[in-house]
Amino acid sequence: MGLKRYVASRVATLFGVLMVTLLLTIALVGSNMDIILKQGVAVQVREEIAHTPGLAASFESVEDFEKYVSDTIQRRILELGLDEPWYSPQRLGLSMYKILVLDFGYATFLTSDSGSAAVGDIIAEKLPKTILLFTTATVIISLIGIFLGALSGSKVGSVVDRITSSFAVVSSSFPVWWVGMLLIVLFAFAWEIFPARATPTIPADDPGYVGALLYHMTLPLITIVLIGFGAWAYLVRNFMVGVLQDDFIFAKKTMGIPRRRVIYKHALKNAAPPIVTILALSLSGSLGGAIITEAVFDWPGMGRLYFEAITVMDLPVIIGATYVLTAFFLISIFIADILYGYFDPRVRTAQ
Amino acid sequence: MSGVTARDVWREFRTSRMGIAGIIILAGLILMSLLTMSLIPLETFREWTNPANWLSYPKTALPAWVNVFLAEDMPEHQILHASGSESADLGGVYLYSETFELDYTYGDFPGGFIYEYEAEYAGAPLLEMTVLRPDGMRLDVLSRPLPPVRETAMHSERVFSTDSAIHKNLVLGSDSFGFETDFLAAESIIFSDAESGEPLQGVYVFTINLYGNEPDGHISGSTLVIDGKVFGIMGTDELRRDLVVGLLWGTPLALFIGLAVSIGSVVTGLVYGVYAGYRGKMVDESMMRFNDIVYALPALPFLVILAVTISNSIFLMVGFLMIFGWVGIAKVSRSMALQIKTRGYVEAAQMMGQKHSVIIFRHIIPQLLPYAFASIAISVPAAITTEAGLSFLGLGDPLFPTWGSILYDANTYGAAARGLWWWIVPPGMMIALTGLAFVFIGNALDAIVNPRLRR
Repeated sequence: MGLKRYVASRVATLFGVLMVTLLLTIALVGSNMDIILKQGVAVQVREEIAHTPGLAASFESVEDFEKYVSDTIQRRILELGLDEPWYSPQRLGLSMYKILVLDFGYATFLTSDSGSAAVGDIIAEKLPKTILLFTTATVIISLIGIFLGALSGSKVGSVVDRITSSFAVVSSSFPVWWVGMLLIVLFAFAWEIFPARATPTIPADDPGYVGALLYHMTLPLITIVLIGFGAWAYLVRNFMVGVLQDDFIFAKKTMGIPRRRVIYKHALKNAAPPIVTILALSLSGSLGGAIITEAVFDWPGMGRLYFEAITVMDLPVIIGATYVLTAFFLISIFIADILYGYFDPRVRTAQ
Repeated sequence: MSGVTARDVWREFRTSRMGIAGIIILAGLILMSLLTMSLIPLETFREWTNPANWLSYPKTALPAWVNVFLAEDMPEHQILHASGSESADLGGVYLYSETFELDYTYGDFPGGFIYEYEAEYAGAPLLEMTVLRPDGMRLDVLSRPLPPVRETAMHSERVFSTDSAIHKNLVLGSDSFGFETDFLAAESIIFSDAESGEPLQGVYVFTINLYGNEPDGHISGSTLVIDGKVFGIMGTDELRRDLVVGLLWGTPLALFIGLAVSIGSVVTGLVYGVYAGYRGKMVDESMMRFNDIVYALPALPFLVILAVTISNSIFLMVGFLMIFGWVGIAKVSRSMALQIKTRGYVEAAQMMGQKHSVIIFRHIIPQLLPYAFASIAISVPAAITTEAGLSFLGLGDPLFPTWGSILYDANTYGAAARGLWWWIVPPGMMIALTGLAFVFIGNALDAIVNPRLRR
């Protein structure tokens, strides 16, 4: 199996996952969706009738009028195909097709900051902020992690190594969002350095907006980095310990190449493949955690959008956001897979 | 992996300081759960979300031990009972009165007060409350007619210090004070020095008078609750709940969730992976593709949707967490099964015509048990933090006081930005401590049973 076939099989699997996710999401919210859509039609019809002058007066009795209203609602439901349940092939196919071509429809309650109710607009507004926060965090985490990991991996048993390892173990059992709350107590209440809410108060078209956004981002960023880098450093350390036991490192050392150069140039280069792979995976993992982290800090990204949509049961937003989150998740898994296959030929030739 | 007996594992485990530390923490947590379940009445746990149950507790009170670190003591919570009562006939007007005595020694104002009473009377009596302060000044606190009745009837009520009538009376009564009292809370007016506005220490006597035009009117079962600013070992939250109850009940719940999820996931993953690896070929291929799909599902969004659309019952939540927990274990146990099935004794068993199920359960899975135990311990913290995370989003089971739901309430009431640290720190510390116990045990076990980590 060559690299091409390997890539093709991964793409197929991940596309399958995307479809399964969509299907599951629709299946889970489908019955509620039907009720909400039908209620929406009823409200719409009644409003139209109320806005047509003289229509209500032209009926002789209340029964006639009610019959007219319910007939209109039934006809509209039939026209929209809502008489069939959400699991009927046509409606399921249509919903899936629409989402595939990124037509998410309109939100029931939520709007974007600019006032648009189109789910696509809302997501387009929130997604960059999540990417900004979590990509920055991941980059900082991996830089600190790789440096600390290489340092402690090259001096197994030293003070640095022991501190790094125990920090990694301890920090892995702290919930990120709880650390976030603690940091809010410390930096927003005890010492008023950073704001407790991470949503900037000035409008988005203000020239100072980017600065305000970055300032508000500091506390969530510190939180994610604080909890994240320990595990990373530990991981890099373990790879480094493995690589440093290899013969070629001894050869380099005996050749008289400086120790620092051996560690950061030769050893780290050989430990790189798994590190890069896990980097891609951890980025995708952090996107899922964004739902809680953003809720703590009120960071105006995808996670908070998802949380808000869940609270008010805004189904089109839930489906759209799940789709986008899954797509991102899968893209990073795909990149990780490809990198892994590229770096490690055994993966694509096996089986 | 093979040939590691339970005794070997235990002998090596005893030498691991980390493992022992984990065992000690875990033993402490289990002891705490057992004590909670046997000593604290089950009602407190059912009444956790019932606000009426917590009315006689103070609101957002600090833990009582903070007084050790403070120069001036914060007021402790006090529930006063009437120290004396008398009835008198004032010539056509009947008076029933009771008094409450409070020796106030604290350097800060109380958080408020609640007068709770049950009056039995006929006619339309007047309820009056006054307070005699240590400086000899008497302040009118409340004067209100009780609902008129023809026959003798019971009337029970709770009068809160936040009552606007109380505030108005006190502002009017405190015009001789050396400072403006308009914007002070009722308890700050009553307990302040008339000159400096600092808390005034000494004996306060609260008198309740019930004036009626019919005889035999009386008050029974009355209490005067002086809200403290410190309470108990862990303090209270905005809903006046004693946090120690929630924290204690959270321990058995967290252990249950963590262990149920990880045992369930590891057993499922183990059997699934071993079966796939043992059968091989198409069965293996299709089972592993399904595994890939579950592996690539974003767990948290799905858990959120499942909790919202299906149920947030704690038992179903355990099931949902298992759906995403077994995948990794299945991958590893499959590859281990691939190695084991080529061994001579497995092939011998096959040739003897043993059933597949017997080979899997008797010959292959026992070989993987040490690894399974390590995996169970390692996957507990993730289960606990994920459940806590869902509870934190408000998707937890409302019937159970888990640590995550305490933090959800804290977040809802903005505890972090208001600096209510005693509401935030302990639940998170408990989550971390529980996680840490299992991480320690898991890492120590993993170092023993996982040959890759042996150096």
